[in-house]
Amino acid sequence: MIAIIKYKAGNTASVANALKKLNTDFFFAEEASELDKADAVIFPGVGHARTAMNSLKEKQIDQWLKNTRKPVLGICVGMQLLYESSSEGETVGLGVIPGTLKKFDESQAKVPHMGWNTIQQKGNHPVLKNLDPNYYLYFVHSFYAPVSEHTLAACGYINDFSAVVAKDNYVGMQFHPEKSGEVGSMILQNFLDMVYG
Amino acid sequence: MLTKRIIPCLDIKDGRTVKGVNFEGLRDAGDPVELARRYSEEGADELVFLDITATLEKRKTLVSLVKRIAEEINIPFTVGGGIKTVGEIEELLKAGADKVSLNSSIVRDPELITRASEAFGAQAVVAAVDARKEGDHWKVFISGGTKATGLDALEWMKETEQKGAGEILLTSMDRDGTKSGFDLELLSQVNEIINIPVIASGGAGTVEHCIDAVKQANADAVLAASIFHFKEIEIAHLKNKMGEAGIPVRLT
Repeated sequence: MIAIIKYKAGNTASVANALKKLNTDFFFAEEASELDKADAVIFPGVGHARTAMNSLKEKQIDQWLKNTRKPVLGICVGMQLLYESSSEGETVGLGVIPGTLKKFDESQAKVPHMGWNTIQQKGNHPVLKNLDPNYYLYFVHSFYAPVSEHTLAACGYINDFSAVVAKDNYVGMQFHPEKSGEVGSMILQNFLDMVYG
Repeated sequence: MLTKRIIPCLDIKDGRTVKGVNFEGLRDAGDPVELARRYSEEGADELVFLDITATLEKRKTLVSLVKRIAEEINIPFTVGGGIKTVGEIEELLKAGADKVSLNSSIVRDPELITRASEAFGAQAVVAAVDARKEGDHWKVFISGGTKATGLDALEWMKETEQKGAGEILLTSMDRDGTKSGFDLELLSQVNEIINIPVIASGGAGTVEHCIDAVKQANADAVLAASIFHFKEIEIAHLKNKMGEAGIPVRLT
């Protein structure tokens, strides 16, 4: 079973609906102890990085996530919190992926980066299976993770940034696969195949 | 490259999609969930649902409609209509909406933008502005276009941005339902002073109108209702034509 971490302000309904469509069993987890019975964990996130991090800490889910060897998929702010820190609210993240989130330069273009954009593959990973450079994904964010050695796919808006990142058992996606139509479903299925394959 | 978005809008009354002309005279346009699915399949980039009968008793109906929509479609959608409190916003977001559109309530209580933005993130807060030209200026109207506020539309939109709105849904009341094209002057002017995405609304009648809104007035997204409901323009056709005109669009 897949655990979806449920916390204040997170839009967990969309991820749950996406998993239902893929006929995957899941449950919502609000406590760290519930995560132990999961095969993998999806950590969706919207809103403010610090608010999201604080709700993880309240339930000691942050420690669980840092120590687990199970596959973890962080989406949007969930991906951003995999990093060491974010300049959004000077938030300290989980630190399982090195790097710091920065805010897009608002003098260059409109912020947030909101809408459908393509991504360019930089590395090989099962979650990127069958990905085509002409496929569009749905993004909505004002902070970005710079491209690094852990970047699997990059996206360009104002500057290049990490759209998909992975290190060890952790995978992060800046876009919302649960809101990215059929392409998004395919990528979620790739993650599930990685867990159960 | 970030694409320009095509957003069909569904006005909801008593659970049905309706479309009026100049904010009056409603025609039935079908089941919202069925339409939502159709639009999503045809390549819509997002959807907007505005409940024009949103009263206290209708709130529960709207929440259950949002749940049904979220189960059916896997593209982002916005819900609006009579939303007044952070609690109501939370309920709709938890039901599966990605954003809420706030209109009259933020004119009456501008701090609601900030409270909502801090609680759920700016990306979830759409400031909807209904504007009508009076002389050289555009003025803000609320309560479905029936009540003048005296606010200058451009100044008000700037304020919504400063208070934490993540996006603006700008409807020209002069053009709404007329199919005579978007108010390009209004759109151009707001895009010069605003740094969050602006959705152009009111007046879409042809493919050219949508192209003009993006190319001439820098709209980030175009919203339309009747041209899609009554299949006057197919979304895929519109996107192909916009693409040919050099506008980045998501082709599916």
